[in-house]
Amino acid sequence: MEIYLDNSATTRVYDEVTKKMCLLMTEDFGNPSSMHHKGVVAEKYVREAAQEIAKTLKAQEKEILFTSGGTESDNLAIIGGAFSRHRSGKHLITTKVEHPAVLNSMKYLEDQGFEVTYLGVGADGRISLDELRAALRDDTILVSIMAVNNEIGARQPVEEAAKIIKEKNKEILFHVDAVQGYGKYRFTPGKSGIDLMSVSGHKIHGPKGIGFLYIKDGVRLIPISYGGGQQKGLRSGTLNVPGIAGLGLAASMIYKNFDENIDRLYDLKADFIRNLTDRLEDVKINGIPGEAYKDADREELGKIVRETAPHIISVSVAGVRAEVLLHALEDKEIYVSSGSACASNHPQFSGTLMAIGLDKKLLDSTLRISMCEFSTKEEMDKTVEAFTEIVPMLRRFSRK
Amino acid sequence: MQYHAFVIKYAEIGIKGKNRYLFEQALVSQMERVLAKCEGTFKFFRVSGRIYVNAENFDFDEVIAALQTVFGITGICPAVCIERDGDNKLPDINGLSQEVIKFIDGVYADKNMTFKIKVRRVDKTYPLDSMEAAAEIGAQVLDAYPEMKVDVKNPDVLINVEIREKVNIFSEIIPGPGGMPTGTSGRACLLLSGGIDSPVAGYMIAKRGAEIEAVYFNAPPYTSERAKQKVVDLAKVIAKYTGKVNLHVINFTDIQMYIYEKCPHDELTIIMRRYMMRIADMIAEKTGCKGLVTGESIGQVASQTMESLMATDEVVTDMPVYRPLIAFDKQDIVDISLKIDAYETSILPYEDCCTIFVAKHPVTKPLLPVIRAHEKNLSEKIDELVQTALDTDEVITLEA
Repeated sequence: MEIYLDNSATTRVYDEVTKKMCLLMTEDFGNPSSMHHKGVVAEKYVREAAQEIAKTLKAQEKEILFTSGGTESDNLAIIGGAFSRHRSGKHLITTKVEHPAVLNSMKYLEDQGFEVTYLGVGADGRISLDELRAALRDDTILVSIMAVNNEIGARQPVEEAAKIIKEKNKEILFHVDAVQGYGKYRFTPGKSGIDLMSVSGHKIHGPKGIGFLYIKDGVRLIPISYGGGQQKGLRSGTLNVPGIAGLGLAASMIYKNFDENIDRLYDLKADFIRNLTDRLEDVKINGIPGEAYKDADREELGKIVRETAPHIISVSVAGVRAEVLLHALEDKEIYVSSGSACASNHPQFSGTLMAIGLDKKLLDSTLRISMCEFSTKEEMDKTVEAFTEIVPMLRRFSRK
Repeated sequence: MQYHAFVIKYAEIGIKGKNRYLFEQALVSQMERVLAKCEGTFKFFRVSGRIYVNAENFDFDEVIAALQTVFGITGICPAVCIERDGDNKLPDINGLSQEVIKFIDGVYADKNMTFKIKVRRVDKTYPLDSMEAAAEIGAQVLDAYPEMKVDVKNPDVLINVEIREKVNIFSEIIPGPGGMPTGTSGRACLLLSGGIDSPVAGYMIAKRGAEIEAVYFNAPPYTSERAKQKVVDLAKVIAKYTGKVNLHVINFTDIQMYIYEKCPHDELTIIMRRYMMRIADMIAEKTGCKGLVTGESIGQVASQTMESLMATDEVVTDMPVYRPLIAFDKQDIVDISLKIDAYETSILPYEDCCTIFVAKHPVTKPLLPVIRAHEKNLSEKIDELVQTALDTDEVITLEA
């Protein structure tokens, strides 16, 4: 039996979504820009999708802009936002643990003469709101903070951050990269003071190559690509109708039975951590404040994990190379990912793991396990079982 | 410029006495092989120490790129051919001069250069001899392009005019790879890893006319499928030149772990390498190879000190071990790797069997008697493990 626990990389597409997309590629395949009936039908699907998504955010249909995914949404929000505000200032704020789509957009803006402050994080992977407050300046024009860290599952206090930012200056744009957070938390960006929010389709059982950017009504961005003027000229190019319709359906499905699903994921996470740390020595769970989980009973642990994202578990296994462990798990048809993209000949350690101050020896020993609503207790137990079989064996062969 | 033929230059084959015929034949058959994949029709002629390729409906760049993968070729001269007319007559000297003038205009936009005309009259019925024809053509070229100057000692451009069955005019020499045609030197067995050195070593031995049998030591499940794919891609780099490489994938995991359990860890690498050599030796013998090839270079890493090389060398008893990079600096190896388009693949960061289980501080000066003594610890199971590895040899045939 295949156990897929790499849902933060990508997810299996909902069957309903596949079916709908297939129909849109074979029958209702029109171009929404066409004048004729086929075009009208296609446009209807696009509007429906925008409405479905807007509903999950308590937002308006016109506030949803379709993109090719998280990376493009982040780029458009940050670069397009910075250029639209550059007359008010040149200062931007983000964190050290953002996804490369954000960090490299910031780097590009630095080359264009902007100045960026990178907020550090604590051992739990979270920023300090006081540090954010102190970093805000009169010439700050944009702040970008992720909702959930993709490597360790730390939940950033984006709602509180929004308050602080807007208290300082309502004109500062606040962007949230919610690629790992959407579908796991409820967001009401309009009410919370979030101006821009990036979401990707394939992390929520939708297709790859599609995503959206929530743009609060009235917020103006400068486009980063140019063409036929689709989507109000902000994102030209023929609309990816099957992708958009698939994304809309996935978005509405992921928020069905939402509380129940999330509760279940937290229980799975707590159980997994409890079982794994009870049965294996020298295992560290990252992204959880302190070492409290070590002695916590199941109930306490349940509360502790609720401070973090429900689906991501970052595990450091002392004395074992992550890539070796990953392939050993793969041998048992358990698919996870290594916490840091690293290889012996090319040390490129993850920024997040370094930022949380993880022991250097563990940087290359960290795996990420990421669940989804299809993950089961049985799968998680089998995974713990596999760890307890493989790790002691591999530790015998660790570098001495 | 529309060319009609390529004059192929080769160096070393020319001096091979009575075997020259065989070498030329090998060269032609290699050219046939690479050109079979190119658009166009090609005819090959061997005439008095030259090989001509007549070409029709071809793509110039594609043909040059293909011929540059044929070992044995030192230069490729694109030529214009002048056919005989209906009366079986070649153009007279004025006609010929006009053709040369046209040729110069087609190849050299900037005529500010010195030149020399070299005529080779093979068809002795042509009214002017070589010297006379050269002088006459040269004079007419000077009339046509006053900015050109004659320099018979050291011209910028040497224009060759061959008067044969037809007239061939050529000047440019595009460098070929040099070496000896594949298939003229027998077969060698390359120990191929995913690194930078071994593909270069394989290329160098192949360049001397050898066909290549490659052995790769794989460590499933601890190495990724991508590590194996990387080696397949590297073997293809060599196959591009030789036409075909048989890649033997040997499952080395059990042997490696057995050594790890039974021998001191600082000797793991050296003992592992001794077994790799032994296994390669056996495969070489089975496949009719006349030597092993490695990418070792003195002192590059712990296992390539002179002491270590002695230790790996002594296990191969019935054939030479060729180490073409033995005195190369790393940068020189990288330069060749870049030239043959292996570098980008070689630096992909995947774990391989050599990096997974290694000691932190391997011995750099192994003492042979000590190593031999420790290998005795393996006597119980090692022969059986080696046999299993040989029996499960996966052979992948890679063709250019």
